Amino acid sequence: MKKFFILLGIFGSLGLWAQTSEIEVLQNNINTVWTCLAAFMVFFMQAGFALVEMGLTRSKNSINIIMKNLMDFSIGSLLFFFIGFGLMFGTTNGLFGTTDFFLSGVTGDSWSYTFVLFQTVFAATAATIVSGAMAERTIFTSYLLYSIVITGIIYPISGSWAWGSLFNGNGWLEQLSTGAFIDFAGSTVVHSLGGWLALAGAVTIGPRRGKYGPDGSVMAIPGHNIPFAALGVFILWLAWFGFNAGSTTVGDGSIGRIAFITNVSAVISAITCMFASWIKFKKPDVTMSLNGALAGLVGITAGCANVNWVGALVIGFVSGLLVFYSVLFIDSKLKIDDPVGAISVHGVCGAWGTLAVGLFGAEKVLGVGSANSGLFFGGGINQLISQLIGVASFMAWGLVTGIILFNVIKKVYGLRVNEDEEYVGLDIEEHGLEAYYESK
Amino acid sequence: MKMIIAVIQPEKLNQVKKLLYANEINRFIVEDCFGHSDEHSVIETYRGVEMEVDLKKKIRVSMAVNDEFVDKAVKAILEGGRTGKIGDGKVFVLPLDECYSISSGKSGNDAIG
Repeated sequence: MKKFFILLGIFGSLGLWAQTSEIEVLQNNINTVWTCLAAFMVFFMQAGFALVEMGLTRSKNSINIIMKNLMDFSIGSLLFFFIGFGLMFGTTNGLFGTTDFFLSGVTGDSWSYTFVLFQTVFAATAATIVSGAMAERTIFTSYLLYSIVITGIIYPISGSWAWGSLFNGNGWLEQLSTGAFIDFAGSTVVHSLGGWLALAGAVTIGPRRGKYGPDGSVMAIPGHNIPFAALGVFILWLAWFGFNAGSTTVGDGSIGRIAFITNVSAVISAITCMFASWIKFKKPDVTMSLNGALAGLVGITAGCANVNWVGALVIGFVSGLLVFYSVLFIDSKLKIDDPVGAISVHGVCGAWGTLAVGLFGAEKVLGVGSANSGLFFGGGINQLISQLIGVASFMAWGLVTGIILFNVIKKVYGLRVNEDEEYVGLDIEEHGLEAYYESK
Repeated sequence: MKMIIAVIQPEKLNQVKKLLYANEINRFIVEDCFGHSDEHSVIETYRGVEMEVDLKKKIRVSMAVNDEFVDKAVKAILEGGRTGKIGDGKVFVLPLDECYSISSGKSGNDAIG
């Protein structure tokens, strides 16, 4: 405060003082700094995803995973600048944005660049989620093709439904008669969509060779570096503070509250998942516990600004149980091979977390709204209905576009590497180098 | 001249090395290897799927020695490598036809003496 008055004094003495504009300038600058910092953190999720995916797969495919993460961010960024941003945040025709292509809506004003950057790192996240579920068997070129379509078209179109009004758009999910669909930082818009696309991809491409025996028996294909996977989860966790608290795009006290609520869900989910594995396998399982932490983070992403710590505890607890049983169910009952558990972590827990806003929305309790939206906080059923509509429409969109996309690539170009290549590893066959080179 | 190949428990390598040095046996190679014996398999669990791990990590120590060092070497390995439990390993003594030192070009007893 003292510094602020000194600043006022300086501006005043320079004759620049004009009512409250200096306060606005300061606040705008803080907003920009905070949103940029958050964007940088979310960017680093690419490192987290790469480490998790590499750690939980075999060493012969590590370079392929690095190339996928590097290129889906690089190509995806350009595409989102030129096309995706307009589809997502341009003036909408009801289904998608039709203006602001090629950064045309981005003026010299510093905020629009900040906003584009922040949204770009989010878009890159959605495509990366799919990578994990289809790891160790996808042709690199085919990966680039579907990554382009996801970041450039699929993600921005559905994103415009829920987030369009953050810029020039106005999505239909924001105008529901039962109340605007709430997905604060993207449990559904980013994670669930990525999860459903991952499900479509994993089903279309089929399991890795050796994952299921001819008699239907389930085999383990152990990851080659569990410490990598663990480091990746910690990186993602750190980045998530930017993902959730940064989605305010405002530098005020809500940052701390949202970061705190985010953490509550993550820790309880990790603990719950650890105990679930301990009870079922007799030993606390590391990769499951790590998935548990991520599940809690995905789950709280929708409601991190709307629920209190009680809601966060329940959301995290259920996320921890959901991810555990969902991984086992998808792996051994549905026999869908998802090496990193992306469908469970992002799809299932993203959907749960988004629905949970309709149960635990406690805006009045938090002092950020005039009424609670959650059913369990006296808000009635309306918000839950809005949440259901949002979750269902993203699920349908993700699955339908995903199945079309992956099958078209499969027919036209091919989706999967041949048997020999899968055996030798994608690193040598696709990229001509091993990740862990030793002189021979 | 004999070739001695020992397969031992990894955690016993230091003790075996110490006793070999004490007996003036300073030339040997050490390799990581896996072995199967009467030891029980270990069941590991990866993401809910059980895996039977039936190969155990071992260390293989190989050395070429002149005849007067054979007993000393074998004794050093037996002593240094023993825990008394199944899985301690084996020592094999093989005849050695010839050997050469690459740097000096010496052969026979001189090459390993």
